[in-house]
Amino acid sequence: MFNKFKPYLIVLISLVSLFFIIIFSSGSEMIVLDPKGPVGAVQKDLIMLSIYYMLGIMVVVLSFFTVILLKYRSSKKSDYKPEMHGSTKLEIIWTLIPVLIVIALSIPNTKALYELSEPPKATAHKDPIVIHATAVDWKWIFSYPEEGIETVNYVNVPEDHPILFKVTAADSMASFWVPQIGGQIYGMPGMVNDLYLQADEPGTYDGRNSNFTGEGMTHQKFDFVAMEEAKYEEWVKDVQAGEPKLTEKTYEKLMLPGTVEEMTFSSTHLSIVDHGKNSEYAFAIREKYGATENSHGADVDAGSAHDGHGSHEVNEGHDSHGNEGGQDDQENHKSHEGHEH
Amino acid sequence: MFDFIKDNLILNDPLILGANISIVFTVIGIVATLTYFKKWKWLWNDWITSVDHKKIGIMYILAALIMLFRGGVDALLMRAQLTVPNNEFLTSHHYNEIFTTHGTIMILFMAMPFLLGLMNVVVPLQIGARDVAFPYLNNLSFWSFMFGAILFNMSFVFGGSPDAGWTNYAPLAIEGSPGPGINYYLLGLQISGIGTLLTGINFVVTIIKMRAPGITLLRMPMFTWTTLITAFIIVFAFPILTVTLALMTFDRLFGTHFFTLTDGGNPMLWSNLFWLWGHPEVYIVILPAFGIFSEIIATFARKTLFGYKSMIISLAAISLLSFVVWVHHFFTMGGSAALNSVFSITTMAIAIPTGIKIFNWLGTLYKGRIEFTVAMMWSVAFIPTFLIGGVTGVMLGMAAADFQYHNNYFLVAHFHYTLIAGVVFACFAGLVYWYPKMFGLKMNERIGKWAFWFFSIGFNVCFLPQFVLGFAGMPRRVYTYGPEDGWTALNVISSVGAFGMGVGFMIIVYNVYYSYRYGKREETGDAWDGRTLEWATSSAIPPHYNFAHVPEVKSVDAFYYMKQEGEVPSRENVEYKPIHMPSNAGTPFIMSGFFFVAGFGLVFELWWMAILALIGIFGCMAFRSLSSHKQDEGYYVSVEEIEKTENPNKREA
Amino acid sequence: MAHSTNVDPNTPLEYQTDIGKLNIFGFWIFLGAEVALFATIFATYFALEGGTVGGPLPGELFDLKNTIIMTLLLLISSFTSGLSINELRRRNVKGMMVWLIITLLFGAGFLYMEISEFLHLIHEGAAIGTNAYWSSFYLLTGTHGLHVTLGILWIILVMFQVKKRGLNPDTAKKLFVSSLYWHFLDFVWIFVFTSVYLLGMVG
Repeated sequence: MFNKFKPYLIVLISLVSLFFIIIFSSGSEMIVLDPKGPVGAVQKDLIMLSIYYMLGIMVVVLSFFTVILLKYRSSKKSDYKPEMHGSTKLEIIWTLIPVLIVIALSIPNTKALYELSEPPKATAHKDPIVIHATAVDWKWIFSYPEEGIETVNYVNVPEDHPILFKVTAADSMASFWVPQIGGQIYGMPGMVNDLYLQADEPGTYDGRNSNFTGEGMTHQKFDFVAMEEAKYEEWVKDVQAGEPKLTEKTYEKLMLPGTVEEMTFSSTHLSIVDHGKNSEYAFAIREKYGATENSHGADVDAGSAHDGHGSHEVNEGHDSHGNEGGQDDQENHKSHEGHEH
Repeated sequence: MFDFIKDNLILNDPLILGANISIVFTVIGIVATLTYFKKWKWLWNDWITSVDHKKIGIMYILAALIMLFRGGVDALLMRAQLTVPNNEFLTSHHYNEIFTTHGTIMILFMAMPFLLGLMNVVVPLQIGARDVAFPYLNNLSFWSFMFGAILFNMSFVFGGSPDAGWTNYAPLAIEGSPGPGINYYLLGLQISGIGTLLTGINFVVTIIKMRAPGITLLRMPMFTWTTLITAFIIVFAFPILTVTLALMTFDRLFGTHFFTLTDGGNPMLWSNLFWLWGHPEVYIVILPAFGIFSEIIATFARKTLFGYKSMIISLAAISLLSFVVWVHHFFTMGGSAALNSVFSITTMAIAIPTGIKIFNWLGTLYKGRIEFTVAMMWSVAFIPTFLIGGVTGVMLGMAAADFQYHNNYFLVAHFHYTLIAGVVFACFAGLVYWYPKMFGLKMNERIGKWAFWFFSIGFNVCFLPQFVLGFAGMPRRVYTYGPEDGWTALNVISSVGAFGMGVGFMIIVYNVYYSYRYGKREETGDAWDGRTLEWATSSAIPPHYNFAHVPEVKSVDAFYYMKQEGEVPSRENVEYKPIHMPSNAGTPFIMSGFFFVAGFGLVFELWWMAILALIGIFGCMAFRSLSSHKQDEGYYVSVEEIEKTENPNKREA
Repeated sequence: MAHSTNVDPNTPLEYQTDIGKLNIFGFWIFLGAEVALFATIFATYFALEGGTVGGPLPGELFDLKNTIIMTLLLLISSFTSGLSINELRRRNVKGMMVWLIITLLFGAGFLYMEISEFLHLIHEGAAIGTNAYWSSFYLLTGTHGLHVTLGILWIILVMFQVKKRGLNPDTAKKLFVSSLYWHFLDFVWIFVFTSVYLLGMVG
């Protein structure tokens, strides 16, 4: 009795699982496929194009597969040709089709690669704003050289304006990624990679380091805040006027491994060190302070990483990166000082 | 000395403490059992020093299954941690160690030895050879793999596991990871890598030089072909790993500057060298898997393999392409648009020969008489699941899109779809298929089907949601996430699937026991109405000399045609001649032991220990050189013994 | 595996048994792996060639005359190694041993010069830990030098066996294989010489 229904049962279980996966998938936001900027849009179009091709391939192959399996089961006693060993014609066909598909995908891919290596076309008349993004275990430091301001763990940008991120790192190799705005690029000590991004509508987007850099990597996140051009300029002025300068001592403390709150300064670290050229700075500082990333003293570090997580959650509630953020950031800064060990 | 042990033995983590205690009890249990049943001598003579390729193969597979368990537990711990947001089951540090060991173990200490084990058991039989070309070396290969694996696995109870990911990128693995963990990784892989390289050389020579008369290259079974090509890839790829690991070892132990951030070193060189080996490594594990599926699909479709020659050409094409795609592992490193698009094209080009193979398998099934045995079910399930892995691979190969997939769960799902649907399914299929060849009985089919359904449905439930998680922006290697990320539901599903896979594995283990207890012993060598020579042996488990008379082969599917034409060699009234066989060897075990000690000494920078062990290694090599003429003489199996083995019933009758 | 029964007496001694044939073929494959090994090391060397910060430049320290003598020593030793195989084919044990000893002496001379060069370089402030360039320099020349050392020890071991057991297919095979290895080392050195020393002097 059971044996008779078993195949149906298995099909049923598979379908039910698939159903749940689809239901829950629709529940989670596929932010990569919902881009809010031209870079992400180029990538999304390419992804969708490839998905259509791949679905086409899957449909064809799986139809053959299903028909063959159903028809040529031994119980069916269908046509049986044990000596059939090949067919040059068929083999040429199924070599050529994949060749064509690869060509068909390579062309838009190459086009997209060249497109992404330049500022977005739609706003080509505007000069890109240059922002240096520097990864330090486990925080992101953003310097605006023209504006002379620096932020930690958040970056404010004007909407509809191309931004040129100059991505680097002070210690580990990190990856700068804002999924909803565009694809990622590595930041490496002693090296600078360029990445053009642009946001089309105001909003706060999740950004993070997606490359494994040790214990605090999970919490190495930042907010990518796009705002109206006027608001952005106002914010820049407020920061220039109201925030403290970045002292060398504060910057040195930032080089120590750990997570910190958001911070804002009215000067940049670019006068202190150029991580794009100097890959030894952070390690020299750590030596000076006697701090190492000791994987051996695991429990202590894991504990502190966890604390960082806790404070991060506090962070989520505090969404005023904008105009009146100065005071809060001051406080954050102080709490950061207290946070060091 | 005591302080050294006290400092490094990990007792403060309850999970690891539990593992410690169970390891101690298991070891005591094994030692006690062996002593009680007086099996030490048997263990030494029949297994440890054996040069019989079938026994070495079985030891490889056994080791691989244990490693599959270890790697699987790691996987389940990770899934347990990620099931709910802000979980505190594992700390970040512990999670990092676990995903590092999971990846390293599954690729290097599970997939590779499992496949090498099957190759060892099957390939000499398929080509009608008495053993591999260098039986002594084969034993050395196994033991250096084994001791490398033991060294690596020791890390989690003694000194701490590596925690920089299985890719072990610099600078994290140099400046960012003091302590012995990364040293364990470097030396464990180095020692087992020696074994793999030797196996590669061994199989190239075996297959090229030791085929029975009539087996031209174009009459070799597909599994032998894939083994040959794999062996060539090993010979050219593993030295890259040897050098790469050595360089980082120097950086960490002797203050050189290859991958360091200071004094002109270049961390990106590590990524390049690692993947120059790493990508061919992927094909080292996938090509033999293709071979296994080809054998099984042909057997149970009761048809000859479709497009035999195009299969071989595509194998060769894949193996060449595998050396020119490594940059696709780091499109995001800032390479120029031109560079990235070239490597995109080479990467996507791999889909062409792979597609040919998929169609050829479908062609083999077409107009066949398909029997759904367990081995066949794994092989058939491979086609659609691997197809998903393949098409997502093409998507990842498009560099411009890869900027969005890189380092997220889309990638994780993709490579599990290729490595589990490709390699693990093949290992299980091959195990079930050749089980009667190894142990003289079939695994129970009914229980096997339960295992299959649990594992394969569990697998899809586990990894299908991860593609979506990738689109939802979940990066790999994060140890937790927040509820606001919106990844919870899919992670719960994924964990349920992982649990299903775990159940599937346990059922397979139970099936080993059940079949041993209740399974019917095979009476002939031809358990599945097979097509290739390994099924032509005189008994279910082939005698240690494999074939009393070396068979003559006239076509592909040699045994099938022998059966068709009624040319199966008779065992009645045959004249036998003494057979020359290689003798057992104990030196490889001792030498590998020295490798282990030297590795351990280097891990903890105990120079005296490393130097003494190195002297021991060279001593073993010199001893081998001085005594090889005696070793190579081997011995002759007498005619009486052959007669007794070939016709066990004759005397009784 | 068995000794072949009908052997053409004109076949070289080392090829007369199946095991000899397998070993020699296997050794060729091993040399293929060695090529991959050295290729990786050369690639590393070229990748790190520019990493000369904080140390002396190679062009300042290399002594071309010295390396030309080293090259000649190794080339001649490769030639004498060939001569010893020639004597092996003629089954002239004594002549073969003499040529082997000459080979070893040249090899030892090469090693002596290499080690004194290393000592000199270290004295001048170019040690293995100085910077990436010198690390890769010592890696490349050191790996080659280590191979030469092992080759010398190995050939001594084989000579010892010939002395003890005389010429037979087994010892002949070992002689032949070790001489293949020796030629290979010479071959690799040519590349080391041109890419490290000649190009290093220019750059």
